[in-house]
Amino acid sequence: MSAIENGEMQVKDSKGEIIAITGPPGIGKSCIVDSILHRLTPAKKVAVLAVDPTSPLSGGALLGDRIRLSVLDDKSKAESIYVRSVATRSSSGSIPSIIRGLANHLLANDFDLVLIETVGAGQSEMRCAAIANRIVVVEGPARGDGIQAEKAGLLELADLIVVNKSDLEGSDKVVNDLTMSLTLTSDAPPIIKTSTISGEGLDELSSMLTQLKERTSSKRARFRQQLLMLHESILTSNPNFEAVLDRMSEEGLALEDALRELSE
Amino acid sequence: MIAKPGLDGHDRGAKVVARALRDGGHEVIYTGLRRTPEQIVRTVMDEDARFVGLSSLSGAHSHLFPKICALLKDSGLNDVIVFGGGIIPDEDRPPLFSAGVRAIFGPGTPSSEILDFVEVASTRDCGVGSQDDWHWGE
Repeated sequence: MSAIENGEMQVKDSKGEIIAITGPPGIGKSCIVDSILHRLTPAKKVAVLAVDPTSPLSGGALLGDRIRLSVLDDKSKAESIYVRSVATRSSSGSIPSIIRGLANHLLANDFDLVLIETVGAGQSEMRCAAIANRIVVVEGPARGDGIQAEKAGLLELADLIVVNKSDLEGSDKVVNDLTMSLTLTSDAPPIIKTSTISGEGLDELSSMLTQLKERTSSKRARFRQQLLMLHESILTSNPNFEAVLDRMSEEGLALEDALRELSE
Repeated sequence: MIAKPGLDGHDRGAKVVARALRDGGHEVIYTGLRRTPEQIVRTVMDEDARFVGLSSLSGAHSHLFPKICALLKDSGLNDVIVFGGGIIPDEDRPPLFSAGVRAIFGPGTPSSEILDFVEVASTRDCGVGSQDDWHWGE
């Protein structure tokens, strides 16, 4: 896995489900992943790629997603689960490009399903569409007014919308706002209300997850993201990338000149 | 990877070390509190960690650290470099070094020293299963 992560090994695409779990920071993505693992294993072999951000200053990262995976304490389930923390490193957005290789490598090695837990992402972070077959967007109460649900962005690419923290006040209103907004969409994704405290909706979520239909309207958008991601990874994998960055910050190398050097 | 083995609820030190390593440009995985040696070794394996730092303030280090070193070797993870920290009296340290721990950092250690250790140890063949009996500060 480290060899793939470091770009030393290429992996072919494999058949199987890759599902991205995305949404804003602190909305409960890790807890949702934990609940899903509790229900799908040991019947299925599930791998989790948990992404956390790399420091833009030091290049280091603190990867803490597995702390919340209580399912790993259950010996009967832990054997059918693999969890790997991944830092975003030089890539922009909530998911690094090498995730595609990691996920395909796991699918080729007997895993039935790969869940990608993205970095806490906002409205326009759509990079996960380039890698995952399905996208689950986790939302929650008290995240702004009804207009938020009408805004364009990530929600349009969702194959399933989860409104988490349903034990808190305001979650019904979020569900209503989202439902109203999606009535104008031809192939609207299902919306499901969950709470990892009360347990509401979690059984339903887990069974829905394995039979999600792909939305036809998002196909072109997925290819668009794949193309953008490939372009970016070519740029960041250039051996001179860091040196050019140094020259930009220290010697005042102009942006256009930097790009020209890296594209040569 | 920074790990907290055993029944010990104090992780301020572990978090400070994790943060210092992060700021030093390393990718750090923190396991959370009260992990068993088996869970720690499994996590090292899954995460492909090169270093594992064990923090203990409960007095159980003489039992837990050698056990983790032995389990790492049993699992074939001989190249993983083990270091420790917390409240570990001087007289307890030689047996831990013999078990394969390559450094012990007590209270008051500057975080730069831990970064120096990581840098030096990465250039040596001093994984837990190595025959090299070097340890930091000798």
